[in-house]
Amino acid sequence: MRRRLDVLVCSGAACASAHSAEVKEALSREIAARDLGAEVRLVETGCMGPCELGPVLLIYPDGAFYIRVAPEDAAEIVEEHFLKGRPVRRLLWETPEARRIVEEKKQVPFFEKQHKIVLSNCGEIDPENLEEYIAVGGYEALGQALSERSPEELIETVVGSGLRGRGGAGFPTGLKWRFVAQESGPTKYVVCNADEGDPGAFMDRSLLEGDPHAVIEGMEIAAYAVGATHGYVYVRAEYPLAIKRLNHAIEQARRANLLGASILETGFSFDLEVRIGAGAFVCGEETALIASIEGERGVPRTRPPYPSASGVFGRPTLINNAETWGNIRHIVLNGPEWFSSVGTERSPGTKVFALSGKVCNTGLVEVPMGTTLRELIFDIGGGIPDGKEFKAVQTGGPSGGCIPAEYLDTPIDYESLQELGAIMGSGGVIVMDEDNCMVNIARFFLEFTCDESCGKCIPCRAGTRQMLNILDRITDGDGRPGDIERLRSLGETIIDTSLCGLGRSAPNPVLSTLKHFGDEYRAHIEEKACPAKVCTALIRFAIDAETCRACDKCRPVCPVTAISGTPGTPPYELDAEICVRCGRCAEVCPFGAIRVETGPPKRDT
Amino acid sequence: METIRMKIDGREITTEAGKTILEVATENGIRIPTLCHLDGLEDIGACRLCIVDVRGQLVTSCTTQVADGMEVQTQTEQVQEYRRTILELLFAEGNHICSFCVSNGDCELQDLACELGMHSVRIPYTYRRQRIDATHPQFLIDRDRCVLCGRCVRVCAEVEGAHTWGFAQRGSAARVITDLDVDWGDAESCTSCGKCVESCPTGAIVRKGASNAEMRKRTELIGELTERRARG
Repeated sequence: MRRRLDVLVCSGAACASAHSAEVKEALSREIAARDLGAEVRLVETGCMGPCELGPVLLIYPDGAFYIRVAPEDAAEIVEEHFLKGRPVRRLLWETPEARRIVEEKKQVPFFEKQHKIVLSNCGEIDPENLEEYIAVGGYEALGQALSERSPEELIETVVGSGLRGRGGAGFPTGLKWRFVAQESGPTKYVVCNADEGDPGAFMDRSLLEGDPHAVIEGMEIAAYAVGATHGYVYVRAEYPLAIKRLNHAIEQARRANLLGASILETGFSFDLEVRIGAGAFVCGEETALIASIEGERGVPRTRPPYPSASGVFGRPTLINNAETWGNIRHIVLNGPEWFSSVGTERSPGTKVFALSGKVCNTGLVEVPMGTTLRELIFDIGGGIPDGKEFKAVQTGGPSGGCIPAEYLDTPIDYESLQELGAIMGSGGVIVMDEDNCMVNIARFFLEFTCDESCGKCIPCRAGTRQMLNILDRITDGDGRPGDIERLRSLGETIIDTSLCGLGRSAPNPVLSTLKHFGDEYRAHIEEKACPAKVCTALIRFAIDAETCRACDKCRPVCPVTAISGTPGTPPYELDAEICVRCGRCAEVCPFGAIRVETGPPKRDT
Repeated sequence: METIRMKIDGREITTEAGKTILEVATENGIRIPTLCHLDGLEDIGACRLCIVDVRGQLVTSCTTQVADGMEVQTQTEQVQEYRRTILELLFAEGNHICSFCVSNGDCELQDLACELGMHSVRIPYTYRRQRIDATHPQFLIDRDRCVLCGRCVRVCAEVEGAHTWGFAQRGSAARVITDLDVDWGDAESCTSCGKCVESCPTGAIVRKGASNAEMRKRTELIGELTERRARG
């Protein structure tokens, strides 16, 4: 039965942690209390994108988009909007620039500049409902592929689309398909790599949570094209909702004869199973992932042989990233020309990014390739909060690099980012402002890769540890002459000699910050100063005697009683010897009287 | 069999397809340093010391098969420098003080340091300190002398079939373990065959009772054994 209103409640990771389930419950209660159950339908969807503003609601057919909804708002929304037809304006999206309240989702700048292909169903349909997926064209591509296209035609379609692997390396997807199709043998596998491990990345997770059937459909089409009968989806255990929805979707598809023996009565059989990884970053590397599927220790193997020749259990294996799989059904339905008309010539299509860090609209976005970093961060992302200055953007997570402000107009595609010492990566984008210390950022990422190195090859295992030790010293105020050269030479050794992609990219955050922010390293080493005033060993707190009003706010919050004074009799004193530089006093001071200093102490004249 | 014509260090070589660069080089008397490689075991490309330059690309010669027209450089300046750095990283990571070691004089790591001209370790030592496991009646393992080449793990699985040795942890915390990380003496799968001792390139896994510089290993044993088995 068609209802008057569809209320879509985002249940993506960010909204869920902002209590979207309670909002849904409250709405459900209020709807029942007003006896609107027959008119209003509540749907739980995957991630809608603007994670910063969660929990969010989308109301159809109006297109009204509510942000930061609390359970207490439910009564007002149901009473005013659902019953009386008057949207609750105070909960609608207000654009920061124009201070304009936007009543329809499609007019919000955050959505306006996006182009959703892979995420087109995320936040729009109920991911646990197969009928809803079919209603928006789901499994149509599979039906067409099985009944109207030959495997060769499908491979040519994917080759012609120019689609490249969305896991980060950007290898042409169609070529991979062709390699696997050319292999002989009765047993071949297709694998979905959803072992997303970059800090701050949640693209694959959102896709699997919001539209699991799209990934399944893509894999089935490929299996038919390359002659595979069995598939694996490798997801990390940290994604329980994705695993649940995926298993649910697989069950549904099996029952509907969309998966299993003789799919759609065409004689083509294919089945899928979910393999749960324990969350090691290295298992995102395809050969380590394959080892893990086989039940072995998740460490990379040397290539060649490539998985297309010898993958899972030594059989030809087609392995693609979840987002890549999400593109397939659209390419089959709309044709390769349509796909290559989006994006740039060498990098066609769109890319999903997880925007995070110092940016107003953190969240999940999908933009055409070739969009500039500036458009991504300032137009869609809404710029830097609190009027701060943009400093750098890290793409590609711990394998990527930091890109400074002068390259903001770089179009996002595989080659352009690589030229800057960064990489496209799987889609993590972390924005940094003037308050971020780049040496500290590099140290953070290296600490991650050093910890996640599998330990198999020496350069990665011992080299990243040595680099981390140097960075630890530098941020600790013990930087020495020659450290920059040591970092560079170790970094190059690790990149050139490591076994797998983890090691071969691990030094990137350090090398790219050395290249673009070398002054900051030199300040740390030579002047023992942290220009961003982040590294605690290099900063000092002091109370400005002129500004202090002796309000006594700072003294009680100091955890080590480093501050002394009498209320009403300025100035207060801060004992730098005792101070642990936690910064609490600066946070509470209403007059900005707490100064943070760095570098050698200025001598009194 | 397909004939391959290739060059190693400028020398024209004719060989057969299916061999690795390391095999072909060895057959032709061209020395490439190795550590995790052991004749008779499957190669895994872990130590990275056998890297060679194939038209500007660095590949591990133990895992890369020869191809027609291939040009290999085994001793470019870059390759030599990288090998030295990798070796220094190994020395800095463990506790490789030769003069106190039972394997002094019969140690592949020591030999490599001499061969590659490693005069000093330019990298700070990280001084790992791990417990020595001497619970086995005949053998012991000093993990601070382990280079994680995995030869014990492979020989135990591939040749002996016991699967006693394995890896635990990751990154710089990675180490070899017996069974599910029990003391070696309690590892029920161990057959005490001693192949891990003979395979170990350093003084990490040794026979008890050997004092400084007294340990002698027969690493060639594994290759001979697998060859005899293959002949049947």
